Amino acid sequence: MNTILIKTYPAPPFDRKEIFRYAGCSEPTEEIKALIEECISECEKVLSYKVCYTELPVSIDGDKIDFSVMSTESTKLAKNLSGCNSVIIFAATVGLELDRLIAKYGRISPSKALIFQAIGAERIESLCDTFNNEIKFTRPRFSPGYGDFPLDAQRDIFRILDCPRKIGLSLNESLLMSPSKSVTAIIGISDCKSKNNINKCKQCEKKDCSFRSINK
Amino acid sequence: MNVLEYLKENIVYLDGGMGTILQSKGLQTGELPEEWNLSHPDVISGIHKDYYDAGSNIVNTNTFGANSLKFSDDELEEIIKAAVANAKSAREASQTPHEKFIALDIGPTGKLLKPYGDFDFEDAVAVFAKTVKIGVKYGVDLIYIETMNDSYETKAALLAAKENSDLPVFVSNAYGEDEKLMTGASPEAMTAMLEGMRADAIGLNCSLGPKQLEGVAKKLLRSASVPVIMKPNAGLPKSVDGKTVYDVLPEEFAEDVVKQIKAGVRIVGGCCGTTPEYIRCVVEKSKGLKPVPLTDKNITCVSSYTHAVEFNEEPVLIGERINPTGKKRFKQALKENDIDYILQEGINQQEKGVHILDVNVGLPEIDEVQMLKTAVCELQAVINLPLQIDTSDAQAMETALRRYNGKAMINSVNGKEESMHMIFPLVQKYGGLVVALTLDEGGIPDTAEGRVAIAEKILKTASEYGISKKDIIFDTLAMTISADKMAAMTTLKSLNVIKNQLGCHTSLGVSNVSFGLPSREAINSGFFAAALENGLSAAIMNPYSGDMMKTYYSYKALHGMDENCADYIEFITNYNETVTVTQTSNKPSGSTESGATSLQRAIVKGLKEQSGEITLELLKTIPPLEIVQNEVIPALDIVGKGFEQKTVYLPQLLMSAESAKSSFEKIKSFMSSEKTEMKAKCDFVIATVHGDIHDIGKNIVKLLLENYGFKVTDLGKDVPPEEIVSKTVELHAPLVGLSALMTTTVPAMEETIKQLREKAPWCKVVVGGAVLTQEYADSIGADKYARDAMESVRYAEEINGNL
Repeated sequence: MNTILIKTYPAPPFDRKEIFRYAGCSEPTEEIKALIEECISECEKVLSYKVCYTELPVSIDGDKIDFSVMSTESTKLAKNLSGCNSVIIFAATVGLELDRLIAKYGRISPSKALIFQAIGAERIESLCDTFNNEIKFTRPRFSPGYGDFPLDAQRDIFRILDCPRKIGLSLNESLLMSPSKSVTAIIGISDCKSKNNINKCKQCEKKDCSFRSINK
Repeated sequence: MNVLEYLKENIVYLDGGMGTILQSKGLQTGELPEEWNLSHPDVISGIHKDYYDAGSNIVNTNTFGANSLKFSDDELEEIIKAAVANAKSAREASQTPHEKFIALDIGPTGKLLKPYGDFDFEDAVAVFAKTVKIGVKYGVDLIYIETMNDSYETKAALLAAKENSDLPVFVSNAYGEDEKLMTGASPEAMTAMLEGMRADAIGLNCSLGPKQLEGVAKKLLRSASVPVIMKPNAGLPKSVDGKTVYDVLPEEFAEDVVKQIKAGVRIVGGCCGTTPEYIRCVVEKSKGLKPVPLTDKNITCVSSYTHAVEFNEEPVLIGERINPTGKKRFKQALKENDIDYILQEGINQQEKGVHILDVNVGLPEIDEVQMLKTAVCELQAVINLPLQIDTSDAQAMETALRRYNGKAMINSVNGKEESMHMIFPLVQKYGGLVVALTLDEGGIPDTAEGRVAIAEKILKTASEYGISKKDIIFDTLAMTISADKMAAMTTLKSLNVIKNQLGCHTSLGVSNVSFGLPSREAINSGFFAAALENGLSAAIMNPYSGDMMKTYYSYKALHGMDENCADYIEFITNYNETVTVTQTSNKPSGSTESGATSLQRAIVKGLKEQSGEITLELLKTIPPLEIVQNEVIPALDIVGKGFEQKTVYLPQLLMSAESAKSSFEKIKSFMSSEKTEMKAKCDFVIATVHGDIHDIGKNIVKLLLENYGFKVTDLGKDVPPEEIVSKTVELHAPLVGLSALMTTTVPAMEETIKQLREKAPWCKVVVGGAVLTQEYADSIGADKYARDAMESVRYAEEINGNL
């Protein structure tokens, strides 16, 4: 039985450029900028930043990956983890309050709901980055649903990490997480340095994505 | 001896960790601990016995996750039966002389309840009920609900326990470092709800060590009148040489816990990481200690899913605006099932500073039971104020109270026998602070003495139901002084006596006093001030009234309730600013631009408030439909085209759409008072498909469609295909819009389309959402794939044009 650890972080600095990108406007007008600032100050006090995680051994055979307490098949993940002896499996969330704000403004002001959505995306990514940066020699984090890593792996991750009890994160029948601004992922740990901050968009195969941050 | 009797005179010791010990005995990751009741009965029974031997009075059966979500009904029965048998054999085997009880342990399901999860409240009650029934059948002494980190799920479990057994129920919650549950509830809010529902003991367990939980224990001890439980972890887990160890050792743990016993905690034990050794240490170190006597904290309060509102010296404001009486626009919203309108009223009142929202949605033409339930659920999804449920329909009241996530205010009971016997059982079961009107079969007494006598009668009957006077708040009935010059004086005198002689809190629907008089706000605010001086605790009032708010803030400042008059100064500064803005914007528009272009400009720029204000101004001289045709629609077209040409971003499009909506809102109000209606385009049924709980995209499309004049019926999110089909058939809607965010929910979209083709072959289906593509849309048989909201609008206009 492996130990599940919990970390609570202070708010990582807001990356406004990323918020603009997630809001679908790389060059926002003054009105939109003002709206974003209004939304940041409305939500910053109610967010929480929690991560639960555990370290597991990994062995890879072709595209079969065995983590002792779970296993999966994925060519992309196998490639990502090649050369690693262990992984960190983690779940992170910025809490339910953002969902409440999105729901509230979804009903009365969708423009603000959209901004909160963007802030939430930026917040959870920043939290994951903060957590990842504390670990030395990592591969880029890899989540269920990326490439050919089956979304079904969510069930295993939730079973192993006991997410509802540890950080208040639950999984529904459609494999959606609540709170929605949450991430589960696997990070390979290797013995030597490798670039872990590879541009996320550059790696992605969905070339027609409207949020893509680099040239197609 | 019954555990509650034992608890009266003694400190009660619980057991410690079970799961963490099982792990050290070989339980594998992913293996269900409850199965060990059957596969390793000796191990389980041995752990229970170790706890009894160490001094535990209560051991929890190994049933933390024993529920029908994880096990079939037969398995569940076998597991719980074995679990109870294991505890019983441990009790028989243990030789120590102290009192020993067995508690049926119930933990959370791990699923989040609706609206943020997909687990329905009543389904949760049903799941817990199964576990409770089996536990009762095999003979436990009490029920222990623990580690709940969501108030709503806690309520479901407690309700199931109360409805299916007469056993004592203990409830403890898992609080975080912020001293709240994961979903936001404070210890005071939990106390209000759990005491209201008659839990026998309440407290905290799990999550942290005893030191970090001191603050929560303190808050519980200050607010709870029932015994308080403390069952912390052995600190925080660490990984040492591949093993999990906790950082607080038995000695230190026991010292911290004993400190809390001295502070008033009466039921103690341990959670994750604790072992019989921890319990032994706690028992030893607390030897000879007498429990601190229980006191009734005598707190009058209500609560929401985040916080409690206490009735003290400071007046409590209850917003009265969610009520159709005398409001044509509100009635129209109810008839059209326009929940957003109700939510907006709630949010506006919260911004004005009310503490509680009154919710009254009674209208002869609508199904009040259903509407009240919907309104309560929708309000509590987005507004964290406690609600006052306001209905005279007993069934609507019960349905709403059942779903309410907290301790509600109940409006109302009165001195009639029928009313008391209808309302008090509900208060007894669901908890609540009930507004009691001083009238009875004989009507409203003309004298203060008469009203006070009714109050005394109500208190007496309430006590027969075990409801104490702290849970009753008297309304001495404000009547109009235009009919009886002494009306206000009688009300005030009754109020004074009830407050000062009966020692009860009071509330008034203030504005009734001025009915039939001109400039009612002047009378209302004067009466409000007089009532406050006579001991009024709460007012049901209109927070948009500047005079009422001025009275409230001045009263607080004058009575030493406002440090440095800070609240008053903040209020009056904002108030004066708003007044100035309104006055300026009500002036005729500037000489260089006509009023017409200024509305267009406000909408294009996305200035919501200005758009509304300019519209109001225009309505004085221009017919409403002309404003729509010449101002609003052209403005929307400018922005819509800009969006399509990628010169306008989505947030801008939405800001403009909301500004147009605010303009439409003024036009609608104007027309509903003129009894004319805007001609709408065709029906459009919209929903996020079954299994999917994201609805921002759907809400955006809805907003734009409404602006373009479609009659949109929004079925919400996570909507089963059958519901979409039946609504489409009922309305004979020519258009249906479906949204899905995840690949896992696209099959639900496909199924919905399939059923629509069968039952509503006339309708056109437009689909959208993050994962969809043209290809995908074609493969599931949609008529149209819309990349964005404007594309949906254009398609809908095309279909509407061909009708």
